[in-house]
Amino acid sequence: MSKFEFPLSIGSRPVWGTLEPRVGQAHLFVADAQGAEAILDVATPELMAGAHIIYITRGTDYADKLRALNPSQFYEGPSYGAALSRIKRALSDAKMGLQVYISGTESLMGQMTNEATQAGVPFESIQTEHRGSTARRMQCVHCKGFTEDVETDPFVCSHCGLNLFVRDHYSRRLAAYQGVCVDAEDPGNVPAQKGIYE
Amino acid sequence: MTIQFNDETFRDDYSFHNSEWAIKRFPFPFHEDSYMYAMNAEQHRGGPEGSVYENRFDVDEHYVSEMQDRAKVLADDPLRCQSLPHMTLAGWDLLELIMVSKSEDYPDLFELHRDGDQWRWVNKPLGIDDTFTFLDESTLPYGPMEYITRQSQGDFALLDQRENNLWMDAGMITTQADWSLDFDIGMNFFEWHAPVPMANEMGIFKRALKFLLNIPQGSPGRRLNWTMTVNPLLDTSPENYHKWGIQKTTLTPDNIGAKQHLRVELQTFYRLPRSNALAFPIRCYLCSFQDLMTMPKWGRRLHRVVRDLPEELATYKGFIDNRPMMIDYLSKFDDGLPTSPGIFPEPETEPPLKT
Repeated sequence: MSKFEFPLSIGSRPVWGTLEPRVGQAHLFVADAQGAEAILDVATPELMAGAHIIYITRGTDYADKLRALNPSQFYEGPSYGAALSRIKRALSDAKMGLQVYISGTESLMGQMTNEATQAGVPFESIQTEHRGSTARRMQCVHCKGFTEDVETDPFVCSHCGLNLFVRDHYSRRLAAYQGVCVDAEDPGNVPAQKGIYE
Repeated sequence: MTIQFNDETFRDDYSFHNSEWAIKRFPFPFHEDSYMYAMNAEQHRGGPEGSVYENRFDVDEHYVSEMQDRAKVLADDPLRCQSLPHMTLAGWDLLELIMVSKSEDYPDLFELHRDGDQWRWVNKPLGIDDTFTFLDESTLPYGPMEYITRQSQGDFALLDQRENNLWMDAGMITTQADWSLDFDIGMNFFEWHAPVPMANEMGIFKRALKFLLNIPQGSPGRRLNWTMTVNPLLDTSPENYHKWGIQKTTLTPDNIGAKQHLRVELQTFYRLPRSNALAFPIRCYLCSFQDLMTMPKWGRRLHRVVRDLPEELATYKGFIDNRPMMIDYLSKFDDGLPTSPGIFPEPETEPPLKT
């Protein structure tokens, strides 16, 4: 599957990379949905001998292919929320030199990068690669609620119901883009929804 | 001089007003008849007597009411004041800087008595008389940054300096020109400025960062920035934009002179001694169009600036829809005469309008 080329954007928008095998004893892979393809592309028997794969299926069927790579540990879960305690445990068990590979949606990469850095993994030991959905994790600047998997602009805040404009302004701390009321100056005049990258 | 503090509001009935004294000392941000982004920073070492540049932290007739407004904003949304855990020392640095400066610059209003680490702070306008142990948070009712910035006009950002960058790691932000501390906290200089159009392409931020990284102790800097606000609303936050945005549509040709305000930020930059962080006070001044027009030079100039401003900037500053009405109003105060260089109004030498 070809990778999505994100258009040039403003300086707070994150830039994602391409996974590369790194030298080390321990490798933690965290992927969601099509993010599995990035693991399949980078996997080697040597890498897998020290690999712990945490895979979030989100309704896809890559789990068997990943299991066939023979990682030393494998976990399959339905959602990021479900996998989070497993992720935290893997990070707290980690030793110096752990390499972290995150692939899939921006929401996963943003949140997982925070988990890893908060656990003390140096930024240089974390790699990311975008695969699959280009939907965004958005924070409503008004009610502060997060809405996952936002594909259209504008969209309705899943918490407070305001019509929100999708900004490119991104907070790494929150792992989210900012949503701002689109019809504050003309209530009810909400532009027609379109895809974020249309 | 003794300051008469106004009893006024920055919300609801908007009883905010500027005295003649306050109008004359308003920091008009345009030194010529046009505007484009520039760093335009200079040393913050005083200025003309009575001007907002004279003292390190300007205190004016709005002080008490602004502090009451801040307390209301914080009661509604405590997230407007945040400090990441490593920024407490910078908060103490800021507290010391403000207490020392204000007690020296306004001895009739503020007193600081220091006996080792036992400090007594007297703030007469706000009726505060507290004794605490310097560097011991448990002896203050708030963290040091929050404590002192609840008593100081203007927003305050504390910027940590590392990796050749500045990081927005603490702040008291309640009088902001539409940006969110809660969203931007933890960002570096380029990230938090990312939404600003044009300036990045012009290389402004690279040069500005270089300037700021090199500010030494004892040599603060300053610059002016500006935007437009309908009604004298201090808290133009993104958090509440869905509530105040509608006010922009209430302008009419009859009320624009009173309702439309030029909003100016006096930004200053101080290197802090213990933390090596940068204190970034952002002091907001508001002045209605009709009050600005009492200075003939400002009347002539504001018309020319607003009329000729690039569309991207008028959009970013949020007044593109109201610009035609502003130009209609302002054009009546522009008789085409040349203006003298510099920001000061010079009412004694600038010719009155031919009306």
